[in-house]
Order: sequence, then structure tokens, then C-alpha cells
Amino acid sequence: MAIRVQREDFDVGAEITALTEGNPSIGGVTSFVGLVRDMADGERTSAMTLEHYPGMTEKMLAEIDAEAHDRWPLEASLIIHRYGRLEAGDRIVLVIAASPHRDAAFEACRFLIDWLKTKAPFWKLEEADDGATRWVEAKETDDAAAARWETNTGTRKAG
Amino acid sequence: MKILYFAWLRQRTGIGEEDVSPPESVRDVASLVDWLKQRNPAFAEALADTSTLRVAVNQEFASFDTALNGTEEVALFPPMTGG
Repeated sequence: MAIRVQREDFDVGAEITALTEGNPSIGGVTSFVGLVRDMADGERTSAMTLEHYPGMTEKMLAEIDAEAHDRWPLEASLIIHRYGRLEAGDRIVLVIAASPHRDAAFEACRFLIDWLKTKAPFWKLEEADDGATRWVEAKETDDAAAARWETNTGTRKAG
Repeated sequence: MKILYFAWLRQRTGIGEEDVSPPESVRDVASLVDWLKQRNPAFAEALADTSTLRVAVNQEFASFDTALNGTEEVALFPPMTGG
């Protein structure tokens, strides 16, 4: 399990290889990559700046990662979240979950990104083509996506 | 006590962080926010709508009735939008 908060881009293939290499008990790996969209709420955006709370960000990501390991039988996991100015098409976030079986990998990956969106202290400032900026508002759909993991507690604790 | 402001709270208050020495009457987050507001109009406006305000005390999520003893790091911010 690992977390990284960084300004730099990441290489998805290289990260998956590094995470799984030398562990033949891993039978399935799932990953989620979040990208900067060029449209948001019908407005054209060319870039965004991600602000975060250094210290608390790392702490919350580590807690979310630990929670995933508590709920599912994971062999390895990784969360990378970027900050700073990013342009449309740039990668923002990477989540990887590796497990002996695919179900746990799929579920844990979804859990990690759903919880991260509502519990990790990041804020997005969008830039329109004309240079105007606006803070992205939190979405109720993100809260709902996170909330369903309050009742779905994974496979390790089940039964 | 160290206070941190993020996102539009940082923009509207004009500062990212400050060290403050609130009076003894400040015993929880709610009374801290009230005290911060009455210092100047920019803070009163930025902190006016507490329904949009989230708070962390010592880098843990907290609520408005979380008790304070004056030595904490308190962060005020809008709902998070990462991922």
C-alpha cells in the first residue's frame, strides 16, 4: 500500500508493473485514471489548478488506503493524486488495487476513488478559455457514491 | 492557534494561514468562527454561510461543536472536490 501526492505526471503502465512485480499471488489488478475534462457543467474549460492541504491530504489518503485493505483481501494498492495547474486531457489521479481475485480488486478500486473524492482535502479551480476562474462545487452524486460504501463493507469482514 | 483557509475561503479572506490568540470565551469551533468573523468585514462575509463550511482540527475532520483549547491547528474550507 502506498500513496503519493505530487505535481508531476505518472506512467500508469510503469506503476502497475512496479506494484505487482514479484508477487505471483496477485491474480487481478484494476486501475482508475481521472483526467481533466474540457467541459464542466456546460462551460468550456481549458485548465484547472488543484489546491490541497499538505499534511492532511497524505494522512487522509493513507487512512482511505488502510480502510480498503481492511475491507478487501488486497495484495497491493496505490493512490497517486496530482496538484498544481493541469490542462484538459492531463491525468489527475491514479488508483490501483491488486488482489488474488478480480472481485476484490474491482470493488476496492471503486471504493478508493469514491471515498477519495469526498474525504481527501483537494479543491479544483477551473479556468475558462477567456481566463475567468471558478471553484468547482462538490456534487451530490459524489456524496451518494461515497455513501454506498458505508453499508457495503467489503468481503473480508462479510459473513 | 494556527488557522488555515483553503480554496475560495483563502481568496475571500485574503490569507492562507494565520496565527491567532483568541480570548478564553472561544472554547469550540463555532465560537472560534464567530470570533474570526467579527474581526473584519472580509472574514464576516467569507464565513457568513456556515452550511458551506467544512472544518478540520489537527488535520482530522471536526464539527462546529468540537472543543478547542487554543493550541490546535484549525482548517476552514469548502466541501472537497478532488479525484
